Amino acid sequence: MAIGGKPTGLSYENLSIGSKLDRRFALRFPPMVFLIPALLVAALMLAPIVYLIVRATDSGSAIPDTLIRSRTLVVSWNTALLAASVAVSASLIAVPLAWLTTRTNLANQRFWTIVAALPLVIPSYVGALTIVAAMGPRGIVQGWLETPFGVDRLPSIYGFFGSWWALTLFSYPYVYIGVQAAFRGLDPALEEAGRSLGLGPYRSFFRVVLPQLRPAIAAGALLSALYTVSDFGVVSLMRFDVFTRAIYVQYQSSFDRTAAASLALVLVAFTILILALEWCARGRARQYRVATGAARTVRQVDLGRWKWLGVLYCSLIFLSSVVFPLAVLVYWMMRGSSTGDAVERLWGQAVNSASVSLAAGFVTVALALPTAVLSVRYRSRLTVLLERQAYLGFALPGVAIALAFVYIGARYVPSLYQTVWLLLIGYAVRFLPQALGAERISLLQVNPRLEEASRTLGENVLGTLRRVTLHLVRPGLLAGFGLVSLTVMKELPVTMMLAPIEFETLATGIWQATQTGAYGRAAAPALILIAVSAIPSLILSRRGLDQTA
Amino acid sequence: MKTRPALKNLVEMGSIARDRRTLLRGAAGGALGLAAVASGSTFATAQVASPEATPVAALLGASGELTIYSGRSEDLIAGVIDIVEADGDIDAQVSYGSTGEIAIRILEEGTNSPASLFIAQDAGALGQLANEGRLAPLPVEILDRVDSRFVSPDGLWVGLSARARVLVYNTDMIAKTDLPASLVDLTGETWSGQVAWAPTNASFQSHVTALRQELGEDATRDWLQAMIDNGTVAYEGNGQIVTAVCAGEIATGLVNHYYLWEKIAEEGEQPAANYYFPNGDVGALVNIAGAGILADSPNLDQALRALDVLLGTNAQTYFAENTSEYPLVANVEPNAELPPLADIQTPDIDLTDLADLEGTVALLTEVGLL
Repeated sequence: MAIGGKPTGLSYENLSIGSKLDRRFALRFPPMVFLIPALLVAALMLAPIVYLIVRATDSGSAIPDTLIRSRTLVVSWNTALLAASVAVSASLIAVPLAWLTTRTNLANQRFWTIVAALPLVIPSYVGALTIVAAMGPRGIVQGWLETPFGVDRLPSIYGFFGSWWALTLFSYPYVYIGVQAAFRGLDPALEEAGRSLGLGPYRSFFRVVLPQLRPAIAAGALLSALYTVSDFGVVSLMRFDVFTRAIYVQYQSSFDRTAAASLALVLVAFTILILALEWCARGRARQYRVATGAARTVRQVDLGRWKWLGVLYCSLIFLSSVVFPLAVLVYWMMRGSSTGDAVERLWGQAVNSASVSLAAGFVTVALALPTAVLSVRYRSRLTVLLERQAYLGFALPGVAIALAFVYIGARYVPSLYQTVWLLLIGYAVRFLPQALGAERISLLQVNPRLEEASRTLGENVLGTLRRVTLHLVRPGLLAGFGLVSLTVMKELPVTMMLAPIEFETLATGIWQATQTGAYGRAAAPALILIAVSAIPSLILSRRGLDQTA
Repeated sequence: MKTRPALKNLVEMGSIARDRRTLLRGAAGGALGLAAVASGSTFATAQVASPEATPVAALLGASGELTIYSGRSEDLIAGVIDIVEADGDIDAQVSYGSTGEIAIRILEEGTNSPASLFIAQDAGALGQLANEGRLAPLPVEILDRVDSRFVSPDGLWVGLSARARVLVYNTDMIAKTDLPASLVDLTGETWSGQVAWAPTNASFQSHVTALRQELGEDATRDWLQAMIDNGTVAYEGNGQIVTAVCAGEIATGLVNHYYLWEKIAEEGEQPAANYYFPNGDVGALVNIAGAGILADSPNLDQALRALDVLLGTNAQTYFAENTSEYPLVANVEPNAELPPLADIQTPDIDLTDLADLEGTVALLTEVGLL
């Protein structure tokens, strides 16, 4: 019901007015207070790409082009296969889990909601280590089966299967968190309308609920696919030949920076392709409520006699993705004869990990904010470009980001080199997309009229940001902060190469221990890392629950 | 005996070090640009050593701070660093990483690299840095302490400890008498699916480089192909292979000798043993872990002093006792349970010929192992 077709910004809102307003926003030139920082961030994100191009065009690779080409084909195929499989299986695990924990009368729903996101705190390389130890051909499980059943070896889990298994288990929360939030955010009025128009419970789920979840599922699946593409820990342990491993091998064994940089650039192109697919699929739908009246909570589905099945499903996932790796770590810790590192040292590593992760979370959220505001509120070709190129962080292999800043730092800004500042910049470049994504989702849910009102009442751009927008997008800021901090805690290549000398974190501690196969010694830092990251993530998800309840 | 240029004289090294400092100071003072000024801060720490040091003091090296990049893991090397700090009166800062990663990092850092001393897992990485002109010539007094086959002929790096390539085997699955006389025989049908290797591992790659020297390019390619056809299983590293062999996941594996001893130290007796290929077979290659001093080292004196300690009795004894490697200086004996270094019938291969890693990586890529 467009009133006179003339947007006043104060009239009753509906879709047609909203979209006209959005178009009007696009015409406004973005304010410099956002544009300049966003451009600076963009320059930071581009630095590693420039570095890679410089390196890739160096002559002097000993490996013939034809070999590189045929190898690139194999590696691309493996990477695509793994990313697609993980995205699909992670979604298949996460959507039922999200439904069970938000829409049904499952027992202990709150508990399951919180633990369902927990696998995120387990570093994938630690998870993969425990999987290899337990389910390897002669692992712990085989040991149990040997005496009663005479099984003297299990089929190999190395290669595609093991990588897929481990990455699915440790990345499904990316889908779960988004879909779970989407379930909570759904306006029940639509579903009720569907029911009142004669749809049964199943058809209303598939025709009304699922389409509304589609953006959340797509975004989550994309995240888990990107996580898969950029993961190195799992694929190196499982010996599956994907980009990250191939790049590492080139650097590690031949010091062949040319071949490695070429492969890294192909990976960048590959990831951009994935992102482009998602951008094409992403709707332009508005996410905020336009109707007056408050959203009500939905009626819960009564699982009835199938309740046990729901509990079994949640338990199985919880057992295999959280309890199982923890159990193996505890087992290692008890078995290892070496006393492990001194308590003070572990404490120091934990303090370093926690403080650098929190700092990185803060810095990254701050750096992402201008780009987020621009891309949502001042949509234009330039701002869309700025937003999308920020996703390069997902595309760049960690080792390439690290080496780019080693190169730039040591040669051009030696006063920053091997300081925490350059380390934080490296983290920010690597994880900017996570913060940006969370901020964008939040911003999209905030009705721009509120900001407009603030401007009408005389507040300037920055004042509006500070006094209105930042309050309204607090969930997004908090989510971005949490996500980045948790990921930084587990990060390895950037930490190893850019941290100040002798700056140890839990992640580097685990790496040191696993270098010589001393799993007993890796167990203590791994358990502490999991505990340290679990506490904030528990608080975050509990607060999230309280707010939505 | 290889002849070494007169330049590699310790006394002269001292004076070169002082010349460089004067030069740098001049550059910084002359406002020659941001980089030079900024490097003054790292440079200032080098001044802890008295700039007016006499050649004799330079010969001993000065106490002070030192940045070490270690491509060997902390588990293996931290104890030795303690000895360097105590015996050399040096405040050492160590950055750890894998050897390849560290070498790349030094190359990317360029002449501003904060590192003075590079401790590497194998001769290949040192050779690579030497080829790029990034290592400083070492004084003869250091080089002469080690058997010349474990030293760079250009005097650019020196071995700190030696390790033998072995076939580790599960003693419950295989009898020693059934093991083949040569590495080359592992392509036989008996060994189908029974052998593990680590194609991405630097030690393995050095070993393949040795094969290329010994057998020639084509024969090595054929051997690699035959091994692949025979179902040889790829693992990520020596540690994983030893774990798998001890667990009975696989019968044998090509590794460095000391990984088994570390496993035993961590977890007690294992149903596994090391087999040294006999009769000068290429399978029994002895390689080194070594060190070199960065040509642009900000703390040249301390680096020399550290190298001096690393080739001293205490550090060498540490290698023998704690990492089960072979010490390289006279009067320090290896772990008594190891066969003496002299008894290992090593192939006649010059370690500097192992620097051609690029050729090896190209070959491994060609047969599909990388």
